[in-house]
Amino acid sequence: MKRYAYINDDGSSQELYRDNRISNTKYTLLNFLPKNLWEQFSRFMNQYFLLIACLQLWPLITPVNPASTWGPLIFIFAVSATKEAWDDYNRYVSDKKANEREVWVVKNGIKKLIQAQNIRVGNIVWLRENDEVPCDLVLMGTSDAQGLCYVETSALDGETDLKTRVVPPACMGIDAELLQKIKGVIECPSPDRDIRRFDGNLRLFPPFIDTDVCPLTIKNTLLQTCYLRNTEWACGVAIYTGNETKLGMSRGVPEPKLTAVDAMIDKLTGAIFIFQIVVVIVLGVAGNIWKDTEARKQWYVKYPDEGPWYELLVIPLRFELLCSIMIPISIKVSLDLVKSLYAKFIDWDEKMIDQETITPAHATNTAISEDLGQVEYILTDKTGTLTENKMIFRRCCISGVFYGNESGDALKDPELLSAIETGSPDVIRFLTIMAIGNAVIPVQSKIGAIQYKALSPDEDALVQAAAKLQMIFVDRTANILEIRFNGRTIHYEVLETLEFTSDRKKMSVVIKDNNTGKIFLLTKGADEAILPCADAGQQTRIFTEAVEQYSQLGLRTLCFAWRELMADEYHEWSLVFKEANSTLVDREWRIAEACQRIEHDFEVLGVSAIEDHLQDGVPETIETLRKAGINFWMLTGDKQNTAVQIALSCNFISPEPKGQLLMIDGKTEDEVCRSLERVLLTMRITTSKPKDVAFVIDGWALEIALKHYKKAFTDLAILSRTAICCRVTPSQKAQLVEILKSCDYRTLAIGDGGNDVRMIQQADIGVGISGREGLQAARAADYSICKFRFLTRLILVHGRYSYNRTAFLSQYSFYKSLLICFIQIFFSFVSGMSGTSLFNSVSLMAYNVFYTSIPVLVSVLDKDLSEETVMQHPQILFYCQAGRLLNPSTFAGWFGRSLFHAVVVFTISLNAHAYEKSEMEELSMVALSGCVWLQAFVVTMETNSFTILQHLAIWGNLVAFYALNFAFSALPSSGMYTIMFRLCGQPSYWFTIFLIVLAGMGPIFALKYFRYTYRPSKINVLQQAERMGGPILSLGTIESQPRTVEREVSTLSIAQSKSRSPVYEPLLSDSPNTRRSLGAGGTFEFFQSQMRLSSVYSRNCKDN
Amino acid sequence: MAERGGTSSAGGPAAAPGIDAREPTKKPKYSRFSQQELPAFKPILTPGWVITAFVTIGVVFVPIGVGSLFASQQVVEILDRYDLDCVPSSFSENPVNYIQDSNTNKTCTRSLVVPKQMKAPVYVYYQLTNFYQNHRRYVKSRADAQLRSKSSEGETTTCAPEAVTGDNQPIVPCGLIAWSLFNDTYKFSVDNKAIDVNKKDISWKSDREHKFGSDVYPKNFQSGSLIGGGKLNESVPLSEQEDLIVWMRTAALPTFRKLYGRIEVDLEANQRITVLIENNYNTYNFEGKKSLVLSTATWIGGKNDFLGAAYLTIGGLSLFLAICFILVYLVKPRPLGDPSYLSWNKSPADQTDG
Repeated sequence: MKRYAYINDDGSSQELYRDNRISNTKYTLLNFLPKNLWEQFSRFMNQYFLLIACLQLWPLITPVNPASTWGPLIFIFAVSATKEAWDDYNRYVSDKKANEREVWVVKNGIKKLIQAQNIRVGNIVWLRENDEVPCDLVLMGTSDAQGLCYVETSALDGETDLKTRVVPPACMGIDAELLQKIKGVIECPSPDRDIRRFDGNLRLFPPFIDTDVCPLTIKNTLLQTCYLRNTEWACGVAIYTGNETKLGMSRGVPEPKLTAVDAMIDKLTGAIFIFQIVVVIVLGVAGNIWKDTEARKQWYVKYPDEGPWYELLVIPLRFELLCSIMIPISIKVSLDLVKSLYAKFIDWDEKMIDQETITPAHATNTAISEDLGQVEYILTDKTGTLTENKMIFRRCCISGVFYGNESGDALKDPELLSAIETGSPDVIRFLTIMAIGNAVIPVQSKIGAIQYKALSPDEDALVQAAAKLQMIFVDRTANILEIRFNGRTIHYEVLETLEFTSDRKKMSVVIKDNNTGKIFLLTKGADEAILPCADAGQQTRIFTEAVEQYSQLGLRTLCFAWRELMADEYHEWSLVFKEANSTLVDREWRIAEACQRIEHDFEVLGVSAIEDHLQDGVPETIETLRKAGINFWMLTGDKQNTAVQIALSCNFISPEPKGQLLMIDGKTEDEVCRSLERVLLTMRITTSKPKDVAFVIDGWALEIALKHYKKAFTDLAILSRTAICCRVTPSQKAQLVEILKSCDYRTLAIGDGGNDVRMIQQADIGVGISGREGLQAARAADYSICKFRFLTRLILVHGRYSYNRTAFLSQYSFYKSLLICFIQIFFSFVSGMSGTSLFNSVSLMAYNVFYTSIPVLVSVLDKDLSEETVMQHPQILFYCQAGRLLNPSTFAGWFGRSLFHAVVVFTISLNAHAYEKSEMEELSMVALSGCVWLQAFVVTMETNSFTILQHLAIWGNLVAFYALNFAFSALPSSGMYTIMFRLCGQPSYWFTIFLIVLAGMGPIFALKYFRYTYRPSKINVLQQAERMGGPILSLGTIESQPRTVEREVSTLSIAQSKSRSPVYEPLLSDSPNTRRSLGAGGTFEFFQSQMRLSSVYSRNCKDN
Repeated sequence: MAERGGTSSAGGPAAAPGIDAREPTKKPKYSRFSQQELPAFKPILTPGWVITAFVTIGVVFVPIGVGSLFASQQVVEILDRYDLDCVPSSFSENPVNYIQDSNTNKTCTRSLVVPKQMKAPVYVYYQLTNFYQNHRRYVKSRADAQLRSKSSEGETTTCAPEAVTGDNQPIVPCGLIAWSLFNDTYKFSVDNKAIDVNKKDISWKSDREHKFGSDVYPKNFQSGSLIGGGKLNESVPLSEQEDLIVWMRTAALPTFRKLYGRIEVDLEANQRITVLIENNYNTYNFEGKKSLVLSTATWIGGKNDFLGAAYLTIGGLSLFLAICFILVYLVKPRPLGDPSYLSWNKSPADQTDG
């Protein structure tokens, strides 16, 4: 499908496509109620309860008051409907704000201010600086003579740098006035969500240059929610509007997430439901038989000879209602309640507050905390997530002089400052390259402060540092650069920019000094790319040493070099370069060749050293979570080398020989396929060995792999515990999540930028880092934390506890419901299979709402192991991951327990209160007390740690049970009048209860003790170790040592940079000796050996 | 706010503009609850602890069991099933006809021997079996409001199928329970000397005072074509119809005893008691047994060995378990919390199994 956008055509063609109204809402005012109800009723549980509630309206069959079901049901529905409505209203408000924003649009040849929602496809939209782009546009004109404009795409892909967009050649140079009248047609694909690709054609109608069609690429577009920067104005033709924009298409409504625990509970509910149906059918048939054979003889029952047509159904339906409590209606309410408490615990957690910004963690999605404990895969973004994304220029070595070595900060080095003061030429050249050897765009704000828009944080750091060293890059207007040095303004003209490529590992600019007319080549790049090209006469040993030294400190190095070009040389070369630039075949290679012709015989000026910290505790976090059996995948938009470097430095992958890195690459299908198969084979061979094998794949190969070899790639995903995916787009990130999810893994995606949003929404759990790249990720995420290291706590503490608690709570809810239900079933055997309820309505309702729900609610305070123990033995998470605490077999245990307890309660109370004591109300209260006492002891036995609140809830609940029943017994109108007083006055009642408790708990207690002592689970062992104060730290001490060391030395600046293992991300370098800081924990001993390891490792990378 | 700490004039790598400034963050208040750090008691199951518990249970339960059994044995109980013997042999093939025929002689004489001395008060019960007072149709068929006050006389909807008479007059008391009132009577005599049976206060005081109104008089009761059980004296208010009150405390089991009255003299051992039974109540339809029970009571109530036996069993089992645990502990001691049980400590390299 193609779409045709007719430029400035106000006719009917506009109606072809929708207007620019954005809508993210799920409901409208009219469809809210039906749609919401429909949604709620699509849950099995809700359908079930509705059915039960409806059946209860039929007095002939209901054993209890219908209000006991209707009340809770309506309450539950109202609560979730209100929540939905509120969320949707907020979405509506923000949409409205976006829709009613005013923009300049050409309508009928006149520029008008209209609301953004009224933009039509084909309209020309005018934007001024800092305007947000209201819909997807094809650029038609800008204020810039070359037809350039700058956009910030952070909302789209999370990249904060400025991107250049260019007017298509056909429109180049058209006057602003004329642009309003321009006519033409743009042919483009139907809306899609690929923000990196746009393949269109533009043809202008006469009187404009009526040449051939002009091809359009993504470079010619302005996409919705980008911001226009550094450009006075720009205008473009709307091609995609409203929800059909690239952003709108990729937005998608996030599906409500269901945790694995929820899914398991639903499954178990289904099983119980089937069990219930079987019970109902059996009892119903038996009841009808009994009625026909026995009940007709029981004259006092007065069964009519001829019943109504539905007579056969009455008894089964009665049993259905009697057994309906098998599925506890309270489970949803209790779970919602405890889940919001889990979320609160996360919000409240002091140990997850970022001390710098005092920002606490936040759980946006309160419903999925259990899933945190079941995470199997973590997919993480790199920049800003693992690193701080904060580059700082630290040291430099200019002409053999080291600056910044003493203070650790070159900017404060008096020697350097005085060198600048005296105008040492080498230093000035060095600073010049720092300031202008880049693609940075300075932005001057109104008050005169200059902000820099840099493509990479490294360049930003360099320009910033240069500015502080008096070399201030003031302005870039077209090709003219303005620099202020020591108050003097210098103008340079950029003649050529030799862009960075990973093969050349350097970038250069050719500039002309406007004062002197001299032409210079300024180059910066990786040491191994620069130093060999140095002028034969220059000694580069000192620079090699500098690089070495800085690498040791974990800094990212860049070498700076320059050369003056003779005018002839330049002109000659520039022709070659221009030709290379315009070739269609092998352009990349030709350009590289051209570059090589000029990038030689450098005079090396010096080496800079930049620091980008890994966030605190990243290696430890990854190691701990690894131990917990969680697999890590790194998905980054960065290039491969950077990604591998970071991965090495944060324990993500292990250096050789322990680890092995396998590459999947290739440009064509065949190559990718072969490479994939090779990796798969290696992976299969090595899985048995204790070796960390990881694969690396880049976006292009991934695209092919996902398209054509999805199965092989999925196999690979299952085999691989670690993967690095570089140069991936947001939707590829989401696809990867999807693949892991399709293999039935629980995935957690963590990221900080807008480009991670889709992955975050796609994953079972999305975690956003509320970091430098704004808050989009944090907003879209289920959890937002400030630092990567809080992930440990989020998963191991909050996730694990939540899972354990929910596992207990949900199974217990079934246990207590089954217990009372079994008693009812047993009772039906002695009540002529007629469906009599042993318990009265009040007791039944109170049993579910008060007696049994309050003690178990405080189980949300239970901690099976202390936080410290879990942190020391993260492997224990396996119990949660594998769902060891909530699965059909544990559930069978609880089922058996409830059956056993029902037998105990029923037999004992029936036999102890036989003959003259067998009064209905009394017996029912004896049985009920038995159940309530038993459940108190069950909760006690299953609780691992008792806080005062637990004691209060458990024992207070028993007291409350009696208080409540005494109250009922004091009401003359109630059916229970005086019953409790009578019972409590009889010693036999207390003896019965005592007997029930011990007969019920004794065997379970003995069994638990036996298991605990002779077949202990790992959890039990740790519990014992923790509470006996035994040698629990056997493992922990080893781990915790490096951290203490770190704390002690952190006052020393050098030691600090060592022990905090800053990332050494060689932006432009790939040399083995610029690497450092690998392995675990950043302890000192590792330093020596790692140098060697890393070089082996990187060779291996290349070989692959 | 978003640009916190941007001391460098140029202001750091741009924090994405266009995104609202970060909301002012509120540091959550510290409390031990919110940090999940409430002091907690964390017990573990040590062998000593568990064995002590089981021994204690055994030691406490066995005496209680013995005591209960003893108390139960103290109770003297005479149980006499009369439903079959009280049917004349001519009707033995068809007892239903006998019981439904209003012209047959329903009196029947039984003679009981007192096995041991029975101290007053001796409780007189009738015991029915296979009688489902807990049947759903039956238990629901009553109107508490009607029983309580005269003003609610017409509230008989719950009483179906014994709610109203043929001409729509409310039946008081309505419902199947009242309609099927037990109406056998017993007269006791020893050596031709009548023994009084006190039928006062056999029902619950609370029922007399609050559940059955003193202004409610039976009305249209047993006036239909089908007569259920006993009739009621229409001049006596319901609150004084104690047999009815007792009967209307429905039993939870198909075998039950209901108090008929009290004999307030001691019965000596080997005394022969003659009981004159008016055998009116029909249990022959459904083969329910009718028995007359004379019983004394102790602190645990009537004769019931169950509690004592159960206590002895549980106590014995506890002691047995305790001994087993002690033996296992001695034979195969096992240190608690030995980290070597953690598989990952054995082979740190092998982490795939967690």
